[in-house]
Amino acid sequence: MLFTIQVNNKKIKAEKGETILSALNRNGIIIPTLCRMKEFTPTGACRMCVVEVEGRDRLVTACSQPVEEWMKIKTHSPRVITARKTIVELLLSNHPDDCLYCDRNLNCELQRLAEELNIRERRIRGRKIKPRLDQSSPAIIRELSKCILCGRCVRVCEEVITATSLDFINKGRETHVGAAMDRDFNFSSCIHCGQCVLVCPTGALHEKHNITEVQEYLNKPEIIKVIQYSSMVVYGIAEELGMRYTREFDKILNTILRKIGFDKVYKTGTGTDVCITEIASQLSDKIVNKSDTPLYISACPAWVKYAEQFIPSLIPQLSTVKSPQQITGVLIKTLVADQLSVKPEEIFSVSATPCMAMKFEARRDGMMRKGISDVDSVLTVRELARLIRLYGIDTSNLEHEPADEPMAGRSSSAILAEVSGGLAEGVIRTYHYQKLKKEPDKQIFKKLRSGGNFREITVPVGETILKVAVVDGLTGLDKLRSSFASGKKYDLIEVMTCPGGCVHGAGLPFSPSKDEIKNRAKLVYQSDETEAINLPCKSPSLINLYERLLKENPDISDKKIFFTHFEKRNVLL
Amino acid sequence: MDDLKTFLIDKVLTFESDTLLPETEKVLQQVRREKTNKPVIFVSSGTSSVIAGSEKTCSAIAAYIVDNEPAAELVHVGCTGPATYEPLVCIQIPGKNKLFFRNITEEKVEPLLNGVFHNDINEDDLAGQTGTKGFELWSGIPFMDELPFFARQKRVILGNCGCYDPESIEEYIARGGYRAYIKAIRHYTFEEVCDIVERSGLRGRSGGGYLTGLKWKHALNTSSNARYLICNAKESDPGAFTDRTILESDPHRLIEGIAIAAYAIGASNSIIFMRSGSEHAKNRLQKAIDRAREYGLFGHNIYSSGYNLDITIRVEPGAFVCGEETALINTLEGKRGMPQLKPPYPTTAGLFGKPTVINNVETLMNVPLIMQNGPEWFRTLGTERSPGTKVFAIAGKGRMSGVVEIEMGTTIRTILEDIADGIKEGKEFKAIQLGGVSGSFITAENLDIPIDYEDLKEKGIGMGAGGFVIIDENTCMVDLIRYYMEFIRNESCGKCIPCREGTGRMLEILESVIRKPLNEDSGTTLERFKGVMQLETIASVMKDTSLCGLGQTAPNPFISALKNFRDEFEEHIFDRKCRANICRGLRTFSIDVDKCTGCTACAARCPVNAIYGTRLQPFFIVEEKCIGCGICFDVCKFSAINVK
Amino acid sequence: MSTDLDIILKKYKQGKREDLIPLLQEIQDDLGYLSEEAIVKIGGFLGLSTTKIYGLATFYDRFRFLPSGKIQISICHGTSCFLNGSQSIINKIKEETGVLPGHTTRDGNFSYEVVSCMGGCCNGPVINVNGQYHTHVKAEQLPELIKRLKYIIEND
Ligand SMILES: Cc1cc2nc3c(=O)[nH]c(=O)nc-3n(C[C@H](O)[C@H](O)[C@H](O)COP(=O)(O)O)c2cc1C
Ligand code: SF4
Ligand code: SF4
Ligand code: SF4
Ligand code: SF4
Ligand code: SF4
Ligand code: SF4
Ligand code: SF4
Ligand code: SF4
Ligand code: FES
Ligand code: FES
Ligand code: FES
Repeated sequence: MLFTIQVNNKKIKAEKGETILSALNRNGIIIPTLCRMKEFTPTGACRMCVVEVEGRDRLVTACSQPVEEWMKIKTHSPRVITARKTIVELLLSNHPDDCLYCDRNLNCELQRLAEELNIRERRIRGRKIKPRLDQSSPAIIRELSKCILCGRCVRVCEEVITATSLDFINKGRETHVGAAMDRDFNFSSCIHCGQCVLVCPTGALHEKHNITEVQEYLNKPEIIKVIQYSSMVVYGIAEELGMRYTREFDKILNTILRKIGFDKVYKTGTGTDVCITEIASQLSDKIVNKSDTPLYISACPAWVKYAEQFIPSLIPQLSTVKSPQQITGVLIKTLVADQLSVKPEEIFSVSATPCMAMKFEARRDGMMRKGISDVDSVLTVRELARLIRLYGIDTSNLEHEPADEPMAGRSSSAILAEVSGGLAEGVIRTYHYQKLKKEPDKQIFKKLRSGGNFREITVPVGETILKVAVVDGLTGLDKLRSSFASGKKYDLIEVMTCPGGCVHGAGLPFSPSKDEIKNRAKLVYQSDETEAINLPCKSPSLINLYERLLKENPDISDKKIFFTHFEKRNVLL
Repeated sequence: MDDLKTFLIDKVLTFESDTLLPETEKVLQQVRREKTNKPVIFVSSGTSSVIAGSEKTCSAIAAYIVDNEPAAELVHVGCTGPATYEPLVCIQIPGKNKLFFRNITEEKVEPLLNGVFHNDINEDDLAGQTGTKGFELWSGIPFMDELPFFARQKRVILGNCGCYDPESIEEYIARGGYRAYIKAIRHYTFEEVCDIVERSGLRGRSGGGYLTGLKWKHALNTSSNARYLICNAKESDPGAFTDRTILESDPHRLIEGIAIAAYAIGASNSIIFMRSGSEHAKNRLQKAIDRAREYGLFGHNIYSSGYNLDITIRVEPGAFVCGEETALINTLEGKRGMPQLKPPYPTTAGLFGKPTVINNVETLMNVPLIMQNGPEWFRTLGTERSPGTKVFAIAGKGRMSGVVEIEMGTTIRTILEDIADGIKEGKEFKAIQLGGVSGSFITAENLDIPIDYEDLKEKGIGMGAGGFVIIDENTCMVDLIRYYMEFIRNESCGKCIPCREGTGRMLEILESVIRKPLNEDSGTTLERFKGVMQLETIASVMKDTSLCGLGQTAPNPFISALKNFRDEFEEHIFDRKCRANICRGLRTFSIDVDKCTGCTACAARCPVNAIYGTRLQPFFIVEEKCIGCGICFDVCKFSAINVK
Repeated sequence: MSTDLDIILKKYKQGKREDLIPLLQEIQDDLGYLSEEAIVKIGGFLGLSTTKIYGLATFYDRFRFLPSGKIQISICHGTSCFLNGSQSIINKIKEETGVLPGHTTRDGNFSYEVVSCMGGCCNGPVINVNGQYHTHVKAEQLPELIKRLKYIIEND
């Protein structure tokens, strides 16, 4: 039901049941918010969104107050502006003056508010909270002094990720956000998905920076510098650098990376193709052996840690195939090293990803061979964009260059792996092709590509009927559980931690809207539609690898390098 | 005992007629200890009595009884109110009026009892007598209800307090208890009970003054398969002890009030949410609940009415803010006690998302009386807009302190001058503070305001929950405001920015006003002044934007003090003087050369090395360096240090 | 100790979230504080993350995570006691014990907390030492009192 309310002496249309904020935004009136997150129930913690409603003693928060027909609202009266400004000044009075050194400099919601509210003087002074810096986690840095206690991270971690690794600790001015027993993060149940970082409005949470380390190696002439990047990085860099994305953009990125100083540029997608192929053959073995237990895809490192600590009974069912990043990484340290006739330790191997958990994955025990890690340094898309800016590369008129073999090409299944369900789709396609020498009908996957945090399909492959489930975001695990409880069985289960998949990865630009994430997914599906090579086994890079390179290399021809192991973790749950 | 229980149930609780049979009355008189042929000694046993030493007094009395008067009975009763008289002992000699003796510490017991039992009464300890019809009165001894402390009170909801053994359900029933409840569940519908209470005009006593009956109706009219009634006995205010007194002195009436309220909203679960650290009150209440259960007042199909009700006590784990209703609900649900956005209000979606009514202890104490005597009776008390009475905890610098109950409409002056008997030690009156940490000050010119929600509101004063703090000239207003702000700063839940950061900043600015900086120059004066300018902005933004009542009202004491005592603030800021001589930072210390022995103790302890001298010669303080911490004053064994 | 814990946990068979606070209270009454072991165990029992339990427990003043001292002093800092000078009592105790409210001295002998109105306003400042009330307390008396208490513990 629509009705009219008065805002700033003008009439606007409002809908029954919506909040004042939503009515204002629909009518093009912008008011600041800080604690609000779309799609979450409001908590009313920050009070930034206050407006004046005639007849009310106090200001009301637009993000939570439902509109009512009689309302006369002022959104920018002197009283409102003073209130908002004072609130920000109060926050700043307890905030380190650290913008120049801050991860979020020029991209910080607090900084932006201070600017928008025209704060030009430090009127309120006082004691600041004791700074505390937690660098213990391999992926995430916490700078508690920059936290404004908006609670977004706490909610995401509990309501979206279900790891519940963060909560408020203490009360009043002692309040801070922290992990169990207020220990450092490395003891906690955090699975490094980084979703909390993605929603944090300030520099209180950010990824562990590896740029300096990468830069250092880039300056070492005796070292071979290589980089791998996944398909999502290409979109992400375009977004982050404000450039227009085209289908040829990866070729521009190759040029940029070489300009920066990387000797070799590889596509993680080749690793993804390997990953898909190997999982497909594990699936095949499983079907042949008539095994009853499902095969869980373990390509998402955050999900793997989640399983290791919360559901250790599941570990035997996790596919032992390494993730695309690690497969590409190990190929670099073995095959590429051989090709270039250097020792693996003479290669510095960087991975650029949309994922934050991969920083952690690269440090896992099972991701080393003879003391040499598969991947040396992991950069998020944001970091890579920073590196590009740092090297002052003019991105306007660049040549198109191909990536380096043996990992220069990939199938469109590899790009599909960036969305939830995509990896499963690739595995089914491959399996289907292996068995029947043709791809399954595309229609079958429609349901796998639809929304919702839990999706399932059945795929007939000759005699067998594959039962596949996709858990899109860990909240879907509940539905999987009830499905099991009702007696259902699955052959293949894909679990992705970030809702939507890696298109929603925490290494991509901050605070993406749902539309932006959808748009990224759309680009992924478009590529799959338009690219010629859909199956991993048809990608020349993969064929070359499997048919020739692996066979020529007795050291790795057993493919053992593609597998790893998982074990129960003891953390404070 | 069981016989008495059956008797009380059959002849009193479920007796259909309003007037009881004469023979029933006779038994009840016995239960009430009115007709007894043995001496009875009543000792009040509330927390304030215990703190004053009543436990030792009791042991002494018990020992005395064993040795001298084996027939006598010792009874623990609740609190009569005048905390200043604690330990309060009341003695009833068969056939005679009760005599009250004040401040009976253990060593006074023997002479006192010797006197009373041998007709040689020590007038010094005597407070007064209370009369019962047909009893012999003591000549020349004033009646308790003629004492100024009691004369201007109207003890309605406290009527039972101090008169009976709170652990005895029999006595409560003998005083008419639980009949209203049984009648309600057997003869009235939910709506009818809500109606009666709404018609009585009872308003929530926690401060806001919301119509209780209306609140109940909101909950009753929200359709749901479960509802909850919560009694808010959190009593967060740092200067209040009315709820605790009620809990300790008349737990049964509270339980009856809760039961009726629960019935009125159709709730089958009720919870008493208690403040922590009141073990005594909790134990009393638990015993009372257990007894009520034995009497079948809780459980399934209570007295064949078809109504089920359960009651539990939950102790708050220590946070001021969880007295706020949404925070309280979070606490009960096992979450951090942080307030939540309203709407939805608890009456629509409260505990576990179900309609929930939260009422204050005092509010609920009124309910059995309203049901017993009718809404019209209730309206005869108090004023048109605020019917009934109000309980206050008088604390601070009055000559009398304790828990008192006045009729609405009584002026603040009456409470101050008659009931509290003015200011202690002949000091000058400065202000009354109503409503605790979120309240405001009442100065001399406003003393004639009647206690009434609207009258107070017109003057910008909140009624509060029952704090009545008397402040004299020896209190520094700036320091008091700092105290309140420190309390609130510590108790802010930290959820919303204006309150979390605002209380901290306000406190720091106030601290800067009462402390001396290491070097004072014109710059620091200016800074201090700027700080004070910010105080008013921060205060108004906090009021305007905070999420819950705590932050919204936190600046009240400051705003009110600034309005009424601006000169005192200015003295602190500009002249660096504290007229009450409280603010340590602003005192000047000097050494009296005649008294100083040169022992060096002070110089050794001075944190800023402001004291110089040669051993065994008089020392001196360099005023510019001294920060006024007062350590030297404390350590000097020869009283050689002067403070100004 | 863990057996005590199990006995308490048994009482809350249903193991619902709203049992969390009563459970913590009971365990603290029994143990004197909330140990990490207890918190982890309750988490497993109620199916709640340790993070949540710790976050909740730190919100409320009454929960403590270290054992209290053999001598536990509560100082009333309610309005009346404040007006009668409780601030100097707090300062003195802080000075004598060298620890902050809610903390325990290193030797495990003393801990103290600041509470609001104990209910004996006209006799303020009021303090409570291991359950025993002291009224009209003056800061000067404290060193003597603490010395005496120390003597008692040492000769126990
Ligand atoms: C910070 C804060 C603390 C409160 N503390 C108490 C309290 O200790 N006792 C109480 O009865 N109400 C307290 N209240 C009021 C309650 O939220 C609630 O309004 C009250 O219990 C309703 O009772 P009534 O309708 O009987 O007055 C508090 C409110 C706030 C904002
Ligand atoms: S978090 Fe924002 S405001 Fe704070 S230092 Fe960083 S950029 Fe500046
Ligand atoms: S914005 Fe201002 S403070 Fe920051 S670098 Fe530029 S001049 Fe300096
Ligand atoms: S990285 Fe993920 S799991 Fe870790 S705290 Fe953030 S949201 Fe929770
Ligand atoms: S860490 Fe960031 S998201 Fe979390 S509460 Fe602090 S400011 Fe908000
Ligand atoms: S879904 Fe993708 S981006 Fe998110 S944690 Fe898993 S692998 Fe990383
Ligand atoms: S006003 Fe204070 S107590 Fe209330 S929610 Fe905000 S921070 Fe918490
Ligand atoms: S008050 Fe005494 S001890 Fe304190 S700073 Fe001044 S001279 Fe030194
Ligand atoms: S302590 Fe007293 S007597 Fe000793 S030097 Fe100081 S002022 Fe003189
Ligand atoms: S955005 Fe509305 S209160 Fe934070
Ligand atoms: S306990 Fe007796 S006057 Fe309060
Ligand atoms: S203020 Fe201390 S006992 Fe009341």
